[in-house]
Amino acid sequence: MARAVYLVDGARTPFLKARGKPGPFTPVDLAVQCGRPLLMRQSFDKDAIDLVILGCVNVIADEMNPARVALLRLGIPERIPAFTVQINCGSGMQSIDTAFRTIEGGHADIVLAGGTDALSHSPLVLRRGAVDWFARLNGARSTADRLKALTGLRPDFLKPMLGLERGLTDPITELNMGQTAEILAHLFDISREAADAYAAASHDRLDRATKEGWLKDEMLPAFSRDGEVFERDDGVRPGSSVESLGKLKPVFEKPYGKVTAGNASQITDGASWVILASEEAVERHGMTPLARIVDSHWGALDPSIMGLGPVLASAPILKRQAMSVADVGLWELNEAFAAQVLACLAALADETICRDVLDLEGLGGVIRHEDLNVDGGAISLGHPVGTSGNRITLHLANAMRRLGRKRGIATECIGGGQGGAMLLEAA
Amino acid sequence: MKTMLNALKDRRLELGAAADAAPQGNWRSARDADGVVWLVLDRPDKSVNVIDRAVLEELNAHLERLEAERPRAVVIRSGKSAGFAAGADIRQFTGASIEDMQRLLTEGHAVFDRLERLSSLTIAVIHGHCLGGGLELALACKRRIATADATLGFPEVMLGLHPGLGGTFRSIAVADPVEAMTMMLTGRSLPARKAKSIGLVDAVVEERHVAAAVRAAAAGQLAGAKADLKDRALSLRPARSFAASRMRKTAAEKAPKEHYPAPYALIDLWEAHGGDRKAMQAAEIDSFARLITSDTAQSLIRVFFLREAMKGQKQGKSAIRHVHVVGAGAMGGDIAAWAAKEGFDVTLADVANASIGKAVKAATKMLQATLKDPVKVRDALDRLVPDPQGHGVRHADIVIEAVPEKLELKRSIYAAIEPRLKEGALLATNTSAIPLDELVAGLRDPSRFVGLHFFNPVSRMQLVEIVSHAAIHAETRRRAIAFATELSRLPAAVASAPGFLVNRSLTPYIAEALILADEGIPKERIDHAAEAFGMPMGPIELIDQVGIDVALDVVDGLRPVMHGFPQAPEWLRQKRADGKLGRKSGEGLYRYDSEGKPAKQSLDALPDSAPNDPDIADRLILPMLNAVVACLREGVVEEEDIADGAMIFGTGFAPFRGGPIHYARRRGIAEIVARMEALAERHGERFKPDAGWSDLEAR
Repeated sequence: MARAVYLVDGARTPFLKARGKPGPFTPVDLAVQCGRPLLMRQSFDKDAIDLVILGCVNVIADEMNPARVALLRLGIPERIPAFTVQINCGSGMQSIDTAFRTIEGGHADIVLAGGTDALSHSPLVLRRGAVDWFARLNGARSTADRLKALTGLRPDFLKPMLGLERGLTDPITELNMGQTAEILAHLFDISREAADAYAAASHDRLDRATKEGWLKDEMLPAFSRDGEVFERDDGVRPGSSVESLGKLKPVFEKPYGKVTAGNASQITDGASWVILASEEAVERHGMTPLARIVDSHWGALDPSIMGLGPVLASAPILKRQAMSVADVGLWELNEAFAAQVLACLAALADETICRDVLDLEGLGGVIRHEDLNVDGGAISLGHPVGTSGNRITLHLANAMRRLGRKRGIATECIGGGQGGAMLLEAA
Repeated sequence: MKTMLNALKDRRLELGAAADAAPQGNWRSARDADGVVWLVLDRPDKSVNVIDRAVLEELNAHLERLEAERPRAVVIRSGKSAGFAAGADIRQFTGASIEDMQRLLTEGHAVFDRLERLSSLTIAVIHGHCLGGGLELALACKRRIATADATLGFPEVMLGLHPGLGGTFRSIAVADPVEAMTMMLTGRSLPARKAKSIGLVDAVVEERHVAAAVRAAAAGQLAGAKADLKDRALSLRPARSFAASRMRKTAAEKAPKEHYPAPYALIDLWEAHGGDRKAMQAAEIDSFARLITSDTAQSLIRVFFLREAMKGQKQGKSAIRHVHVVGAGAMGGDIAAWAAKEGFDVTLADVANASIGKAVKAATKMLQATLKDPVKVRDALDRLVPDPQGHGVRHADIVIEAVPEKLELKRSIYAAIEPRLKEGALLATNTSAIPLDELVAGLRDPSRFVGLHFFNPVSRMQLVEIVSHAAIHAETRRRAIAFATELSRLPAAVASAPGFLVNRSLTPYIAEALILADEGIPKERIDHAAEAFGMPMGPIELIDQVGIDVALDVVDGLRPVMHGFPQAPEWLRQKRADGKLGRKSGEGLYRYDSEGKPAKQSLDALPDSAPNDPDIADRLILPMLNAVVACLREGVVEEEDIADGAMIFGTGFAPFRGGPIHYARRRGIAEIVARMEALAERHGERFKPDAGWSDLEAR
């Protein structure tokens, strides 16, 4: 009999928009910023932690295995192991899933699972041709060889590329992530207006949640070395409307595309942690769990339509748990692109797809907007790639508690053609 | 369970063949298969090595044996994890006559000369601290291998001395002479890599490569120091004279010759004899013997022992690991940052996130300046946890309140915090103004409450007043004292009385300065008189430094114990009203430039008609002494030595004068009392000698 696993607490940094230069925090800095106050408010000591798992996609050269660096910088005892996981946009959820399975299997009682990414710190990379040229130059033995190698220098070698740009391009299909959203908008007939309307609501929802204080325990202030205090997600633009967003030009497929900077997720720095605990640990330390983790699943599909990953990841859970879409009281579906979110909704409501693709006959249905991303999402607060899966799971638990919903699914699409999902139940 | 690293700690030091050798006196010695003798200095029952007479006599015996044995090489190193050696034992320097000192030094020189002449290759292996006499021992070896963590220096100048066991001529022979002189003149230690770059050591290796480095050196693969062109030029007198005059100028900016003769003696020594080792050796012995018997050196050595006495008040450990600070203002932020630097886990709470942000910024600056190493800075900042919600209270072993001086505010904070404290946690206040007996009212358990009065800035002011009150538990006081020393600060236990010791004694000094200013005496002249006495900063500038607002609060708050002093002048209150608060606002009694330097008129530029008073220094200093005496009489502070130490480390009271009471005793108590009575006649009751002076005379 598998052991019950609880999501006990969690916290994230405010999400900070990348502004063309490295932000004040590295990936591990971010993890330390929200990890310290999170651990400080627990009823257990740091040495009760059995394992630390951290998702991170854009690991910087100074922080190999950021999980271990974070563990040591958080003052968690050196004897406790830590590893980093990476499944692209699902990394922050993969850390939770790995923690969940480890506790469930009886191998740990308390696990700190997080996600972090500082996209503003993505490196500038040399073009392949430039790298080859450097190698030839280094390998040249005689002066003549050296001169010969030197003449091979081409002007564009000195023009580095943004590593992030390559990271957001699928290497199999050579499609940029934004282009995969264009494909879904076409296949599911999502209009520019629908996408913009969805995006505007995301901003308003995040703004309201922040102002109402609903994020108070979830989003903790970060303090930079130069004295700046970051208290809120700084990408939110309340008052956005279909009209204002409609003025933006498409960024990925000009001039006719529908995906703009306004209806896509923002490029952002941020970190998030959750604490998972076994039933015994909950009792021993007198914890008050937010939710129980019931099930998880990873699904996959062709990379060119990666945005449907949430559908492929959620359907098997519904089937296993004999639940329909309507039985899930609350959804967090990561907002990579507004068109992609709307395409997922359309797919789950599509009887043919449910029958022929998902083996979910009769269990599909419409996810109501009031049950979906109720406090905004990556469009308004940003998408630090390795963090988002963690954040949506944490926020789902908090929102379920606030709204009194019994069950919820957090799910995200993953570049490369995958999806991850977790089913939570009120504790 | 132990951690793996801890379990392996004792295996770290490479002691070669001597690793298992039985100690004989202060040394352990053995010869390895390659014919290398390892001579390890390892004073029994001590955690650090110092060079004293016994160490030198035993070394002499070893040298006699080694002269006969003629091993391939001799390695000299320390068996203490703390370092090579902390210097000579200062205790042997007190109270000796010039002749005694000369004999003692000549004997010591003979041992180091013998070491230097040994036909074997002698190799000093240096880790950790290598200071003063320890460095002189290393310099008498033919090669020096330092580990990367080593710091080398000649701190003698801080004691009013210069090196006396051959350091002056041996350091300039192996290292860049100007760099070596600078090192001796400033007393600053050099990290290993810098020491290598100036030629003081021949190689820097990691501890794990010491054995291999010694083998290489024994095989002749490690070259010693070679003089370069500039070094050779400085062996000529004209070049030295030119450099010496520059050194004198720099020294004069830091320490006036009449108060601090040692740097000037060292420069003279080098200028006259820098090209002639034999003459310089004789002159070094002579100069050192004269310096050490001087008032300055004896006072500075006293200050060294005062520091030891203050540290020595520590009994046992504080058992404090987590420090929670409430209030991220200038003091609270500073205390939190310093505690993080010293390795404590720290949470810093404030009602305003912006204040915490400012504190983190200031902490970053202080940590970068003091720790330098970016990794250490990062780790200290990681330990300093902003805690707007105050979650740290539950984890804290001590909570230090550092909020504005408002009784009700402090009480309401205690009421919120006390129920959440964990068992055995201390509750401390950094108040400088509110009597502790008023603060404890309302506490459930006043026995764990204590005052920890830090001084600003914490990174530079070493004193912490440990303030008691009627209901304090002895254990609370003991732990607070231990905590202060664990913070590398110096504790002075005081009773809760207005201003405690330091502010109470400093206030008459400030108040009298205001009276002098009222008499029309130019402020530059007032400050100069105090600085000429040896105070680090004149009283007028001090008012600007602490802020006119704060100074007025202190002066007004201490009215009850300021017998005969008039109210602070109206014009000062006007400055406060106008927001001219001193350095922090760019203008107070002086104007300040963008770097915070006051615009002071030169004394020579003052008009001849400007009022003056030949008694300025006594009028400033004697009321301060009078207050210290009153504190001793009232039991605010118990011991004279602690009072002297507190005034030196809390106010910068002229260290070369050995502290206010030491100064009074040397000048003559009867003379001071008479002087005060004369001043009282002329200026009023505020100069009336305290009743405590007669106790002092009797003691």
